[in-house]
Amino acid sequence: MAKQWKEMSPDEKQEEFFSRWFSPKDPQGNDLKFQSPQAEKAYKERLTRIKDAIQMKKTPDRVPVIPLPNFSPAFYAGFTPQEVMYDYDKCYQAWKKFVLDFEPDAQMGCAGPGPGKFFETLDYKLYSWPGHGVSPNASYQCNEDEYMTADEYDALIDDPSNFFSNTYLPRVFGKLEGFRMLPALTGILEIYGVAFNFIPFGLPPVQESYKALFEAGAEALKWAGAVMGFDGEMAASGYPAFLAGFTKVPFDVIGDTIRGTRGVMLDMYRQPDKLIEAMERLTPLMIKMGVDAAKMNGRPLVFIPLHKGADGFLSDKQFKKFYWPCFRKVLIGLINEGCIPFPVAEGGYNSRLEVIKDLPKGKTLWMFDTTDMARAKKTIGQVACISGNMPTDLLAVGTPEQVKDYAKKLIDDASKGGGYIMANGAFFDKVKGENLKAMVDVTKQYGVYK
Amino acid sequence: MAGNLVNALADLKEEEALKIVKDRLNANEEPLKILEDARKGMEIVGKRFADSEYFIPDLVYSGEILKEATELVKPKLTKATESKKLGKIVFGTVAGDIHDIGKDIVAFMLDVNGFEVIDLGVDTPAQKFIDKAKETGAPIVGLSGFLALSFDSMKDTVEAIQAAGLRDKVKIMIGGGQISEEIRKYTGADAFGKDAMAAVALAKKWVIAD
Repeated sequence: MAKQWKEMSPDEKQEEFFSRWFSPKDPQGNDLKFQSPQAEKAYKERLTRIKDAIQMKKTPDRVPVIPLPNFSPAFYAGFTPQEVMYDYDKCYQAWKKFVLDFEPDAQMGCAGPGPGKFFETLDYKLYSWPGHGVSPNASYQCNEDEYMTADEYDALIDDPSNFFSNTYLPRVFGKLEGFRMLPALTGILEIYGVAFNFIPFGLPPVQESYKALFEAGAEALKWAGAVMGFDGEMAASGYPAFLAGFTKVPFDVIGDTIRGTRGVMLDMYRQPDKLIEAMERLTPLMIKMGVDAAKMNGRPLVFIPLHKGADGFLSDKQFKKFYWPCFRKVLIGLINEGCIPFPVAEGGYNSRLEVIKDLPKGKTLWMFDTTDMARAKKTIGQVACISGNMPTDLLAVGTPEQVKDYAKKLIDDASKGGGYIMANGAFFDKVKGENLKAMVDVTKQYGVYK
Repeated sequence: MAGNLVNALADLKEEEALKIVKDRLNANEEPLKILEDARKGMEIVGKRFADSEYFIPDLVYSGEILKEATELVKPKLTKATESKKLGKIVFGTVAGDIHDIGKDIVAFMLDVNGFEVIDLGVDTPAQKFIDKAKETGAPIVGLSGFLALSFDSMKDTVEAIQAAGLRDKVKIMIGGGQISEEIRKYTGADAFGKDAMAAVALAKKWVIAD
C-alpha cells in the first residue's frame, strides 16, 4: 500500500502532487479521457518541461512559456471585461480561444473574472468592477479602506473566524449587514441557555442577510457550473492547468484589504507588536488555505500575489521585520505539505533578492515584474525557478520584433541550465495578439536547450 | 526650540512633535511660525525619501503627524498661510483607473518641494483635467495610471487637451507602474517619470524653463 500522506517527506509529497497532476481526473473522479494520443503526449511533455524547470534537477528540453493574463482573453476575443463577468459562457469561450490560439505550456483557468451578478447580489464594496464603479472596459479594482479599525486588532487576534463573519463580512458586503448580530457559538455547549444563541436567526436583518446569501450562493453555483469544466477540457486538449489555488502574505492580508496601505503603515509605527501578533495569527490560516486548495485540485502550485513588500514600499529593515518572517513561514508551511508556492512579485524586487534566497532548492517558483532578471538568476535563481519580466508596455504598444529581441535577451540572461519560465511581468489586459504570439514562438525556437 | 519641531517631525517623533506644537501654542507663539517649522520638517522628510533613507510608511506617517499638528494650530490661525509656490500642477489618476498610492506619493513629493498640487483624485475624465487647467492656468498636467488600460486613457486625455486648444499651454507628464518611453510616445505626453523624484525634477525643469 502507498505511504500515508502524514508519513511522507516534503519531497515525497511534492512528487505525489506531480503524479496527480500528470493524471488529471474528470469531474466524476475517473481518469480524464484525452482528445487524442497526441493531446495526451503534449500534456505530458508540457508538464515534464514545467516540472524540470521548477525542480531544477534536470534541464528541461526547452524553456516553458506561459502567458498569464488578467482580462486579456476578453479583449482578444472582442468582449469587454463587463461581458465576461456577466456572461459566463462568453468568459469560457474567450479563455478557451486564448489557450488554443497561443498554445502555452500551461493555462491559468477562466475563473479570474468571477461572477458579476454574484458581487451585485451581495453589494460587494471591497472592489469596483466593470459597470459598477469603473467603466465596462476596465478590469476590477480594489477600493482600499480601513475595513478594520486601528483598535480592533485584539478582536482579530482572539478569534479570526468570528471577526471575519461578524465584523469583516458586513463591512465588505452591504447585504450581509445582518451578520453583525450573529452569536458567538461557544454558548451551545449545554442545554441550559442554548436557545438564546439562536434568537438572532429569527431577527429580520439576519434573515434578510441569509436570503441574500442563498441567492448569491445559487449564482456562484451557476457560475461554477459554467466554468468548472474548463480545466478538464483544456487538459483533454493537452494543456495542463497551472494554479491550484491562492494564498497571501500576512502583511499583505492586513495591508491590502483589512487595514489598507495607510492603516498598516501607521500601525508599523503606532502598534508594531499588535501588527506582528496579528500576522503570526494569520500565518497558519494562510498556509492551510493554500494546502487545502492544492489537495482539492490535485496540483501543487499555490499563487501568492506580492504587493507591499516591493522595492520602495518598505525599507530593507522594515521588510526584514514586518514582511519577510511571516512570508517565509507561509512558504515553508506550504513546501512542507508538498506544495509549490508561486509568489508573484509585482513591481521591483531587486532589493529583496538577497533576503528571499534563503529557501530550500527546487521548491518554489517566482514571477518577477520589473526586477533585473540577470541579478535574480544569480541570487534567488540559484535555489528557485524564476519567470516573468516581459514588460506590459512592450506587449501593449511594441512590435513583434521588439518582443522577440526582449525575449531572447531574457532567455540569455535567465535560462542557463534550466530554472526559467518565459512569462509576462504583470497580469495584463489589452495587448496586441501578435506580440503575445511572438513571445510564445520565439521561446519555442530560441529557448530550446542544446 | 524652533529647531526641535523641525527635527521631531523629520525624525518622525509623533508625541514629541505634537507636544512641541502644544507648548508653543500655549506660549502664544505666532501659529504661522509653527506651521513654517512643520513645513521645514516635511521638506527634510521629502529629502530623505529622495535619498532612499525613508520609504512609503515613513511618508505616510509624517503626513499623519503633520495633519495632527495642523489641526492643533488651525483654531489659532488668524490669517491664511501664504507661502510662495513654484507653480501649479493639475494632477490625477486617469479615467478607468482608481489606483491612488503612486499618485499620492508623487503629489506629496511635489508639494514638499514647493509646488501647488491640484489633486483631482482617481478615475478622472479628460474633461476634468481640461477644466482645471483652464481654471487655474496651471502650466503642468500630471497623469497617473497603474493599469495597462491607462495607456489608452492617457492617450485620450492628451488628445482631448490638444482638441481643447491647451496643448501649447501645458506640459504633460505621465507616470505609473508600467509606464515607459514607449508609452510616452504612444500617449503623446511630453515626458514620463519612473518615480516621484523624477516628477519633481521634471516639474522644476519645466517651471524654470518657463
